[in-house]
Amino acid sequence: MSETIRRRNADTKMVPVPSRSIIPERDLGKMPVLECQHLGIDFGGLTAVEDFNLVVGKTEIAGLIGPNGAGKTTVFNLLTKVYEPTRGSVMINGIDMHGMDTVAASRHGIARTFQNIRLFSNMSVEDNVRIGLHNQVRYGMPSGILRLPAYWKKEREQHEKAMELLSIFGMQDMGDMQAGSLPYGAQRRLEIVRALATNPSLLLLDEPAAGMNPHETQELMDNIIKIRDQFQIAVMLIEHDMNLVMGICEGICVLNYGKIIAKGTAEEIQRNPIVVEAYLGKQKDVGEKEGTEA
Amino acid sequence: MNAKRKKLIYNSVTFGIVILAYVLCSSLYGSMSRSLRGQLIPICCWIVMAVSLNLVVGISGELSLGHAGFMSLGAFSGIVVSGWMLNGFQMENEILRLVIAMAAGGLVAGIFGVLIGIPVLRLRGDYLAIVTLAFGEIIRNVMNCVYASVEGKRLVLGFLNPSLPGKLLLNGPNGAVSVGKIATFGAGFILILVTLTVVLNLINSRTGRAIMATRDNRIAAESVGINVTKYKMIAFVTAAVLAGMAGALYGLNYSTLIPGKFKFDQSINVLVFVVLGGIGNTLGSVISATVLTMLPELLREFSDYRMLVYALLLIAMMLITNTPASRAVLNNVKGMFRRRNLHQTVQATQGTGKEKGGRQP
Ligand SMILES: Nc1ncnc2c1ncn2[C@@H]1O[C@H](COP(=O)(O)OP(=O)(O)O)[C@@H](O)[C@H]1O
Ligand SMILES: [Mg+2]
Repeated sequence: MSETIRRRNADTKMVPVPSRSIIPERDLGKMPVLECQHLGIDFGGLTAVEDFNLVVGKTEIAGLIGPNGAGKTTVFNLLTKVYEPTRGSVMINGIDMHGMDTVAASRHGIARTFQNIRLFSNMSVEDNVRIGLHNQVRYGMPSGILRLPAYWKKEREQHEKAMELLSIFGMQDMGDMQAGSLPYGAQRRLEIVRALATNPSLLLLDEPAAGMNPHETQELMDNIIKIRDQFQIAVMLIEHDMNLVMGICEGICVLNYGKIIAKGTAEEIQRNPIVVEAYLGKQKDVGEKEGTEA
Repeated sequence: MNAKRKKLIYNSVTFGIVILAYVLCSSLYGSMSRSLRGQLIPICCWIVMAVSLNLVVGISGELSLGHAGFMSLGAFSGIVVSGWMLNGFQMENEILRLVIAMAAGGLVAGIFGVLIGIPVLRLRGDYLAIVTLAFGEIIRNVMNCVYASVEGKRLVLGFLNPSLPGKLLLNGPNGAVSVGKIATFGAGFILILVTLTVVLNLINSRTGRAIMATRDNRIAAESVGINVTKYKMIAFVTAAVLAGMAGALYGLNYSTLIPGKFKFDQSINVLVFVVLGGIGNTLGSVISATVLTMLPELLREFSDYRMLVYALLLIAMMLITNTPASRAVLNNVKGMFRRRNLHQTVQATQGTGKEKGGRQP
């Protein structure tokens, strides 16, 4: 499976677009899902992200990598409007996100997972996904209280959709389990399912493979591609596992001290001396050390 | 057992207990002592108060210390509307008047719920608790200054102005006098059923899940597009409406009522019901509100030690329901009755574990 992924990745032709980004050739005629221009944010005196320019194609799998503290999660927080940027602009499907809040970002098609898992851990797995479906399968409060026909119809629809989404990861039999009681890897997968339930056009995954064993990571890679193919959405992921990043990401963006130091395909990034210097060499050591410890 | 069935059983048990209690009380009504009889309607009101506060504290996860304020608003608007209907429109039908009064109480409390919710729900945690406490006290102090009367068909309201024309219904700090005692136990029972239906159906619906999502993880809830303030507001205002209706019923059960009756210690009392019943547990709120409302009366015989015993019982109950050690004991006791059942559950969980292992080659 790993081989097919690599081949698929190698097949992708990346084409330059304005603002010095690249997107897959197949996404060329289409509106890019995300366009960041000169995005930046300061926390007091600290500039966490500076002059961040990126275009993500409609069905691209993009990677955002960089050492710890580089500002990767902060970029996600900017895209999901947890923070209002100090400078620059973000366009989602051609719409300027200026003045939007997190809820609006979700409605415009951005969904995410969290580096430190944020599930509704006291609730069942199915309810977690149903909450993700909140704006997709709707009925009003009166229908819920009076148990009107809309309630029964939409509840069934929610159940069916939730099960369908859970089955992507083979989790359809875990619907009644408490989310917090799931093993770590399953919690990460559930977060992805919940994000998918919001019917996004851009799925942001913050270290989705953290804490997973190599086998789970391999499965995750297959599933990320499956999700992209099935839902025809873009995926942007932050990850330290270089096998995963180089294996499935078409365009990769390297961040260091809040600035983009390189952009390109996996091959280009691997060959780039600045990246190797600033990140890959060092990070590889760290990865190997972690590997032997575990 | 699957989660849906568990919920269904829980809801049925809750309704079952309430209906059973009502049937029992109605059939034993003749043989009840006077003081117990007098407590039936207040118990209904406090149950509604506890269940509705539980919606805010347990389900939306915000500590509100001003719930008695909404009860007060409901009580006095209910009394005023009832008096207005009687004196202005000669509406003799007591049931109709009670229904209108309760609707009015719920409406007024709901409106104030929105007005108070807008600033309060921007706050979090301790700040929210303190500000709700303040609003509860503000409501009481404002009620001390409100006067109302009926002149002909017209309702006249005055603020800090006792000299109103016509028949006085509300007399500032002296509250409502010569109120028609039109509350009935049946109405209390129906109000409980309505409250349980609203709260339990709400919890098991899209809206309720959104409310619980904002409680469990605010950031995650926002990330899936849930408007946190809106859903906190829905819980807060729904609870206010129910408290207002309970207040109207409560107020119309006495011939006089002063605003000082709804001090902040009443809010704390309701909170005690909720905490003792188990935060988020509706049936628990029903039971603890009943027991704790009756307890001081039942302990009347030890009149000198009454409050002492009450306090000790409170502490004991809290220890029993809220410490891990005692919960473990309780679980063991439960386990003795359910050994077979438990065995099956263990097998079931092991089963899923194996299946999962099997699916991953
Ligand atoms: N809310 C915040 N306030 C102040 N500093 C922050 C905040 N969020 C992130 N930072 C800082 O921004 C930098 C980037 O953090 P982060 O985006 O989490 O890094 P990464 O995800 O790449 O490891 C860090 O130095 C961090 O301390
Ligand atoms: Mg991070």
